[in-house]
Amino acid sequence: MKKYIDSGKIDTRSGFGVGLYEAGKADPRVVALTADLKGSLKMDQFAAEFPDRFIQCGIAESNMVGVAAGLAVTGKIPFIGSFAEFVSGRVYDQVRQEVGYGHTNVKIASSHAGITLGEDGATHQTMEDIALMRAIPGMGVINPCDFNQTKQATIAAAKYDGPVYLRFGRPSWPNFTPDEPFEIGKAYIMNEGSDVTIIACGHLVWESIKAAEALEAEGISAEVINIATIKPLDEAAVLASALKTKAVVVAEEHNSAGGIGELVAGVLAKSAPTPMEFLNGEDKWGQSGTPAELLAAYGLDAAHIVLAAKKAIARK
Amino acid sequence: MATVNELQKIASQVRRDIVRMVTASKSGHPGGSLGSTDIMTVLFFNEMKQDPKTWTRDAKGQDAFILSAGHMAPVYYSVLARAGYFPKEELGTLRKFGSRLQGHPSVERGLPGIFLPSGSLGQGLAAAAGIALGKKLDKEDNNVYVLCGDGESEEGEIWESGMFAVHHKLDNLIAMTDVNGQQIDGPTSSVAAIAPLDQKWKAFGWNVIEADGNDIQAIMDAFAMAKANKGSGKPTMILFKTEMGHGVDFMAGTHKWHGKAPSPEQCAEAMKQLEETLGDF
Repeated sequence: MKKYIDSGKIDTRSGFGVGLYEAGKADPRVVALTADLKGSLKMDQFAAEFPDRFIQCGIAESNMVGVAAGLAVTGKIPFIGSFAEFVSGRVYDQVRQEVGYGHTNVKIASSHAGITLGEDGATHQTMEDIALMRAIPGMGVINPCDFNQTKQATIAAAKYDGPVYLRFGRPSWPNFTPDEPFEIGKAYIMNEGSDVTIIACGHLVWESIKAAEALEAEGISAEVINIATIKPLDEAAVLASALKTKAVVVAEEHNSAGGIGELVAGVLAKSAPTPMEFLNGEDKWGQSGTPAELLAAYGLDAAHIVLAAKKAIARK
Repeated sequence: MATVNELQKIASQVRRDIVRMVTASKSGHPGGSLGSTDIMTVLFFNEMKQDPKTWTRDAKGQDAFILSAGHMAPVYYSVLARAGYFPKEELGTLRKFGSRLQGHPSVERGLPGIFLPSGSLGQGLAAAAGIALGKKLDKEDNNVYVLCGDGESEEGEIWESGMFAVHHKLDNLIAMTDVNGQQIDGPTSSVAAIAPLDQKWKAFGWNVIEADGNDIQAIMDAFAMAKANKGSGKPTMILFKTEMGHGVDFMAGTHKWHGKAPSPEQCAEAMKQLEETLGDF
């Protein structure tokens, strides 16, 4: 299978920070807002280079969303940054009315998403945000898989005309994708295979690659798809892969309700019903622990993906 | 510049529009709209630098207005139509299927004059602050106006925006609160301890002006004071004391007409009290 090399562990939020700075350098309309989390969102370089375009909002996320919508009305391209929960669930109604229904060109930078946030525990481990943001008409939803892809997705989001929810994480994580322009709406085929399709987003793309390597050692050929853009979904890529392998596993750091598992199942049910296995939060709350401990405990690591792949294949 | 008399005549027609629109749609919010009619009339016919012929949603080179209390859509639509943003005949489509005049302001169907949707309360002040900040970044001299309700001020986001606008020195932001003392469940004083609004806004660091919101001259004077504040680095909050349902005796001074449409008979009764000055739609 295709070989992936970790060029050095680094957090995806740092990819956002670099991408934001690059986007700001390329386009003076880009402005950045945060609710007292400049450092956590890695906005320091942007703030230092473009102080007039960096807007500190204090711990007041609702207001930050409205201010961003107003700035977008005047032609700015605002990125609002905070922890995933505070720019999704906490401000759902503001995002719905002022960004979604308001058709404003606001980019929501959502860090520390998912169970791999780790030690902070369930209050901060957002597992519902994809469902919330997917449900808003017209909202783009992107969850890149590593530093390079997060950087490039940030640059792409700045160029994209419309609201975007850009989801990434806190922990240091393998950086293994090429540093090349991100295409919104394209599913990235990380490995071509014939026996089973593993679909994942975010940190779990790396786990899926590790799982595919383990499966290969057992003579099972796994196709790995990094869904990256959750909305609009690359339905053609999902469909083509499912028709080829006839067995699908979906892994995500998100609750079962409204996540990418249900999304993919909806696509396949319409035109290619396929045996599927789902790895997700299973309607449970998270808890404190290291990312590795939590991924294992909640059944989201490579070992569990291997088991799920075998189960899906057995159901063909 | 319009005279007080001219503005009073426009306000009378706007009030006729409001009652007739809500009657025709058999739903909507006449009380707050009637109470804030004089403010909105002065704003759109004397105060704002905004030209319907060259209006664009980015507000470039023009003043901007946000209706934070989105349920007061009838008065908003009437002043927009009367000011020339769209044909007055369209007022009769309020809340009807396919209309650009949605129950609460919307940008979905491209109604000229609307910058952002409102209806879910407490969000307009933040949006207006964002437009005001955008104008500062663009070194534009125009002002941004926003109308909130006193009941709406129970929303926490209003006070988040209150801190933000002061911190970012948005002295091009002129906020107004329609203090009619009423909300859906009764007098505001019976619902929540929102008073004293003047002391609250002063404590937040705003330039606070209090005026009679049903007196055209007093409204004009309040706007003049607000604009004189420019350069101070402080945003302005004008607390306009109004009477809900003002201009129609049986609708005045009560929360009972917050979200209720008059019957055709009640509409006819109201029309006797409001002079037709510009021709009904």
